[in-house]
Amino acid sequence: MTKMPPNYISTTNACKLCKPLGACLAFRGVEGTVPFLHGSQGCATYMRRYVISHFNEPIDIASSSLGEKHAVYGGGPNLKLGLNNVTQKYNPQLIGIATTCLTETIGDDVGGLLDEYRREFGGRRGAPLLVNVATPSYSGTHMEGFHAAVHALASQLARGGARTEAVNLLPGFVSPADLRHLKELVAAFNLECTVLPDISDTLDGEALADYPLIPEGGTKIKDIRAMGRARATIEFGYTLDEQIAAGRFLAETFAVPLYRLGTPIGLRETDRLCKRLSELSGQALPARYASARGRLVDAMVDGHKYLFGKKAVLYGEEDLVVGLVSFLAEIGVQPVLCATGGRSGNFARAVAEAVAETGLPAPEAHEGMDFFDISEQARTLAPDLIIGHSKGYPLARELDIPLLRVGFPIHDRVGGQRILHVGYQGAQQLFDLIANAMIEVKQRKSPVGYSYM
Amino acid sequence: MQAVLDERRGQIHRKGEAPFAMSCNKDSLAGAVSQRACVFCGSRVVLYPIADALHLVHGPIGCAVYTWDIRGALSSGPELHRMSFSTDMQEIDVIFGGEKKLYQALIELIDRHQPKAAFVYSTCIVGLIGDDLKAVCRKVAEEKGIPVLPVQSEGFKGNKRAGYAAACNAMRQLVGTGDVTGISKHSINILGDFNLAGEIWLIREYFEKIGVEVVANITGDGRIDDLKRCHGAALNVVQCSGATMDLANMMEKDFGVPSIRVSYFGVEDMAESLYAVADFFKDQEMIDKTRALVKAELSALLPQIQQYRQALTGKKAAIYVGGAFKAFSLVKAFRLLGMEVVMVGSQTGTPEDYQELEEITDPGTIIVDDANPLELSSFLKEKEVDIFVGGVKERPIAYKLGVAFCDHNHERKEILAGFAGMLNFAREVYSSVMSPVWRFVPRRDV
Repeated sequence: MTKMPPNYISTTNACKLCKPLGACLAFRGVEGTVPFLHGSQGCATYMRRYVISHFNEPIDIASSSLGEKHAVYGGGPNLKLGLNNVTQKYNPQLIGIATTCLTETIGDDVGGLLDEYRREFGGRRGAPLLVNVATPSYSGTHMEGFHAAVHALASQLARGGARTEAVNLLPGFVSPADLRHLKELVAAFNLECTVLPDISDTLDGEALADYPLIPEGGTKIKDIRAMGRARATIEFGYTLDEQIAAGRFLAETFAVPLYRLGTPIGLRETDRLCKRLSELSGQALPARYASARGRLVDAMVDGHKYLFGKKAVLYGEEDLVVGLVSFLAEIGVQPVLCATGGRSGNFARAVAEAVAETGLPAPEAHEGMDFFDISEQARTLAPDLIIGHSKGYPLARELDIPLLRVGFPIHDRVGGQRILHVGYQGAQQLFDLIANAMIEVKQRKSPVGYSYM
Repeated sequence: MQAVLDERRGQIHRKGEAPFAMSCNKDSLAGAVSQRACVFCGSRVVLYPIADALHLVHGPIGCAVYTWDIRGALSSGPELHRMSFSTDMQEIDVIFGGEKKLYQALIELIDRHQPKAAFVYSTCIVGLIGDDLKAVCRKVAEEKGIPVLPVQSEGFKGNKRAGYAAACNAMRQLVGTGDVTGISKHSINILGDFNLAGEIWLIREYFEKIGVEVVANITGDGRIDDLKRCHGAALNVVQCSGATMDLANMMEKDFGVPSIRVSYFGVEDMAESLYAVADFFKDQEMIDKTRALVKAELSALLPQIQQYRQALTGKKAAIYVGGAFKAFSLVKAFRLLGMEVVMVGSQTGTPEDYQELEEITDPGTIIVDDANPLELSSFLKEKEVDIFVGGVKERPIAYKLGVAFCDHNHERKEILAGFAGMLNFAREVYSSVMSPVWRFVPRRDV
């Protein structure tokens, strides 16, 4: 199908982040939870800085702050001290403990240490729940860390029992705006729903009079407990490794039926989600979403000429890119390069399937890419636009083409947390952005200076 | 709930409430959510601005990707420093060792980018699996004919200060290897300015105007060839309390180059820095030129500051920065604006630093070492602060509470050093403090 990019030894300007960062983001989406990294102090601080610059929200990530002697004799004592200090200061309901390359390599048995800790301190009033996940940064990206943390929450907290009416929704890493939209959509079908994780409030909060020890919001722990009793799970992500998928865990352990869907970006994937919700609820698509869909199709018709045949370079997290490809294929934009730093092994297949029924040729899709590889390829492809997070800006600047900012991180604009990607409304916003970007290029390059395009 | 853990009480002092005593330079307390980073961070920030070197991070991807293009350190030429290079270690490298991958990555990147030298940063994991960084660097240096310098910056082996020392050790390998002919007797190296937003160009211009030749910028807009010959300068002028002082000390010991400590923030410190250099050279012409320059700059600047001062007088400021030297200058700069500093702290201050802060601040001022979000937010609220000065990690603390903010860290894009920088600083403070948005935040509702 396509030529493989050269296989460089070194990584330049990576198109991925490290595993513990994803775990921290997921833990941040649980009510009353403090994310805790078992490792050296720098990891927590770097990740806080990176996350803050996107969300413009505080994110306190605790650390066991290991030093040299702990690396030799084991990090257990500092882990326990850190847990006690976090408990004392934050009074959390749950502490989400993720390991780092340091503690994985020195071989700390975190599960065993936490069992010891529970025996020593677990009986105290107000002692928090402890959920732990192994996230060595030398295997996998932030997305594997994110999914591993969701899996850990489900597998360590969920219980079986009598079925409830609720539906589990495992959306993956989407924006706070996306989560708010998804929750409204599911509620419009009169379905009870547990979204895990839910960063819609915890990483997009209101102005406050007092610094929040732990911000309001997040998935309720009692709801996570009940996930094993739900009537169904909807899990987004065609590239997600089933071994670490919480949806599969719930299906195998508690026989909760699993419906795997793509991240609902664009018309067809949103249709699939709405169809599933309709079947689960026995209700037709609510009128306000039906009309949003109608307006989207109307807008797609109105603007199609600005977009047909335009060539796009896309990069980022695998399931985000797959969703975007699906949408671009609906509006006639040809993805000429789809790149990710991840290595799920499923990316090229999922990208090909996303365009299959639209008749577009299957785009080049490569895993394990960095921005050196992406730039090298993009220079030969004459793209009209780039779609991805802020780190593609140097390439967009070099090629003098628009960068449409989606996903994470958005470090060079305000409002990254408010970008809506999903649902009919999300597709509408993406459509307007892409079409207007193409119109603006045409307008700017015109010698005439039309104010009427 | 109390904001301060018992173990941290010794690291917080309220001036006038007790005799001065300050515990500091300790490892961060587990679970306290320190604002500090690690050894690697210390090395990376110091060496980062050297623009014609390859900076290769040997480790898993995180350490490299979180430090990609994060400083506002500008270059007048090559921009290799703005790239993020990593060996991106995988499980197999951890099991079987990463030396081979490191060697291949170095060869590949040196061939591709033709740098003047390479810095190879060790990360936590490299310190554990025992890769022989020095041996690989030596081998590549011989093959490629450029300096390839190991930076022993394993994250867990101390705090940010240890990282500064590791960076200085790496730079020290370069010093003394270049030709020093033609260097003026009135010559200096600028240490500890990182050319954020182009500050070092401004400082160099001041020095050139008073007749001083700058041999090497260490490290803002830095170049390998300049570092190699910087032992030919007559004086090291060192800003920033921790970062490059070790290098200055090594150069004094090995090459007899003396050093003085300065700061370019605020008009008083900027003027004093120029006078200190002129006094060192004991050259009347230079002293006269310095007087003229300071006079010209101040007479242009002070009337412009006046309008800001009028609006800002009596407002309260809080400061939390990495190195304490910046805190000294900021205390004075706020005083020039008629403002009151009610809290000041740093990540890496020494006992001497905190002693000095105690001396220059007003009674009641909170002085804090290695603080965290809960402490900082409680101090902001207690002191009813109008503006908080810090870095990216401090910003959401201020904003969430409806407090104005000025970024004085290494990501900023505004010149805050020098005389011109004081005007920018006043404007920054003014445009945040005087914004109408604070009228609508919840803390104004009561």
